[in-house]
Amino acid sequence: MNDDAQIAVDVRDAVKRYGDFTALQKISLGIRDNEFFTLLGPSGCGKTTLLRMIAGFEDVTEGAIFLYGDEIATLPPHQRPVNTVFQNYALFPHMTILDNVGFGLEMRGKSKSEARARAGEMLELVQLSQFAARKPSQLSGGQQQRVALARALAPSPKVLLLDEPLSALDLKLRKAMQIELKHIQRETGITFIFVTHDQEEALTMSDRIAVMSAGRMQQLGEPKDIYERPRNMFVADFIGETNLLEVSVDAINDGRAICHLGGGHELTCNAVDEVGVGSKVHMSVRPERLFLSDQPTESESLKGTIVENIFIGTDITTIIDLNDGPNFTVRTSNSDRGNKRIFEPGAQAYVNMEAGSARLLVD
Amino acid sequence: MSAKTDVKTYSGFKFMTLLCLVILYAPLIVVTVYSFNASKSITVWEGLSLRWYADVFVGPESGKFKQAAINSFVIAIVAATISTTIATLAATAIVRGGKFRLRTASLGLISLPLMVPEIVTAVALLIFYNSIGFDRGLLTILVAHIAFCIPFAYLPIQARMQGIEDTYEQAAMDLYATKAQAFRRVLLPLMMPGIISGFLLAFIVSLDDFIITNFVKGAGVETLPTAIFGSVKQGLKPNIMAISTMLLAVSIVMVTISYFVSKSDNTK
Repeated sequence: MNDDAQIAVDVRDAVKRYGDFTALQKISLGIRDNEFFTLLGPSGCGKTTLLRMIAGFEDVTEGAIFLYGDEIATLPPHQRPVNTVFQNYALFPHMTILDNVGFGLEMRGKSKSEARARAGEMLELVQLSQFAARKPSQLSGGQQQRVALARALAPSPKVLLLDEPLSALDLKLRKAMQIELKHIQRETGITFIFVTHDQEEALTMSDRIAVMSAGRMQQLGEPKDIYERPRNMFVADFIGETNLLEVSVDAINDGRAICHLGGGHELTCNAVDEVGVGSKVHMSVRPERLFLSDQPTESESLKGTIVENIFIGTDITTIIDLNDGPNFTVRTSNSDRGNKRIFEPGAQAYVNMEAGSARLLVD
Repeated sequence: MSAKTDVKTYSGFKFMTLLCLVILYAPLIVVTVYSFNASKSITVWEGLSLRWYADVFVGPESGKFKQAAINSFVIAIVAATISTTIATLAATAIVRGGKFRLRTASLGLISLPLMVPEIVTAVALLIFYNSIGFDRGLLTILVAHIAFCIPFAYLPIQARMQGIEDTYEQAAMDLYATKAQAFRRVLLPLMMPGIISGFLLAFIVSLDDFIITNFVKGAGVETLPTAIFGSVKQGLKPNIMAISTMLLAVSIVMVTISYFVSKSDNTK
């Protein structure tokens, strides 16, 4: 039981089927107390379904969900001590902002005046006190978003569920809200489960991320872990940009795999348990972990011809054709221009990388 | 819309529009204007007067019309209230009940009375009342009105409800409201414009109904339409035009309120 105390939401072998269609295939995960946890994946991956199963809006076909040790999968939504921030906010249009925020407390049996007092405090937390008497439609999208947050936090839920709450906001506001959400999570100490399809958002805000695709969990880990050590093709491709290369593993010595890239090129990288000698798999190398040079380095170097330089503001993206081998994308910081790391198209150059930059993928 | 395909450029457009307007409204205008006629004749204009309005309220037939008006309004209010309540429950079940068996059939069954010729409903009701030995009187009229008002009350309520996303109720339940509380505190207030609109439509339909009422009413029990018809059979007098004009005014006011209520959006 002591271990369980650390787990806020424990999903055990949860399956969701709609008729013949399986939306979630045996998902198991433990979300820790006081954690900012993100379910990340493309639309249709099952992340929102899982969130709605925790909230109580979807039945669990098989498996169980525990909230701080108590089985909740069979409870109706109003008996679960979790609150949701909906994607479209779902603020009650006929009530004032103050009554919206106080609604949950009133339903929990607090008197109208108590509910209003607490709602007022919550509005202060999200800096919207001056709008208390207005109707939701009189507020901007960003303000509505904060009201929805205040409303969900007001009854002090054990876990807060957030269903893509920032997706309707413009980029600048979204960035500001990401930081504000993270602050509020730390201040309140409430466990947040956040659903998004935006990998950058997930990396920015989360303590841990579960990457989902096609109803399966692909990888679970801290943002850095997921970015630096993607387990499979899907994760490597979905999170950030990467060079995905088909390789064959020629030999494994001392935990290092020697991989053949085609065109006579070879790369050495850390071996992975699931990938043995002779396997044909994919390798992922992040473009920012590569640098161009007119000389090879002692670690990994590949020679090629510069195809194109693309200026994208903070960085310059260079495409280089490894003679007879695959193309590589290399990302050079704009501030590195003085270091002779940019070559004209047609020039010969070496793609160099730090040890450990290349990563073998399981599938 | 480009000017070339605009329907207004079709030849005869103006003529057809005017023709339709005249056919629709000329009789009403004539009745309204002549209700203010000072003459005893219904065709000869002798100057402006309110004497026929006075005649309706204090004239020889005023007692009959007063009782008929009371009957009409009582029946309309009770029938509209009950049919709106039933329609609200039906709309909640059909729009929010998910995909249940016979959902389409239920929807069809509710709207079907709109398509059935009124005379058929009237005859059917008469036969039905006779066969179960239901003595004809005010109550038979009321039951008939409740029945045929339901589809009129139902349609605006359903239209309104389809525009209300179910995330509102989910949000309410997420915030610890039971299903009943979510309905009362969130869904019902949001449905209210549709419900009021449905009520007003049912009220008007009941107030104006003649055919069914005439079949199912008991002897000596009159509503305004049947009283007017009875009066007209003994000769058309200008006081009928005054009553008709007042009835028209009530209808216009109700329909106007209904229009504005259904347009008012408390989700905004």
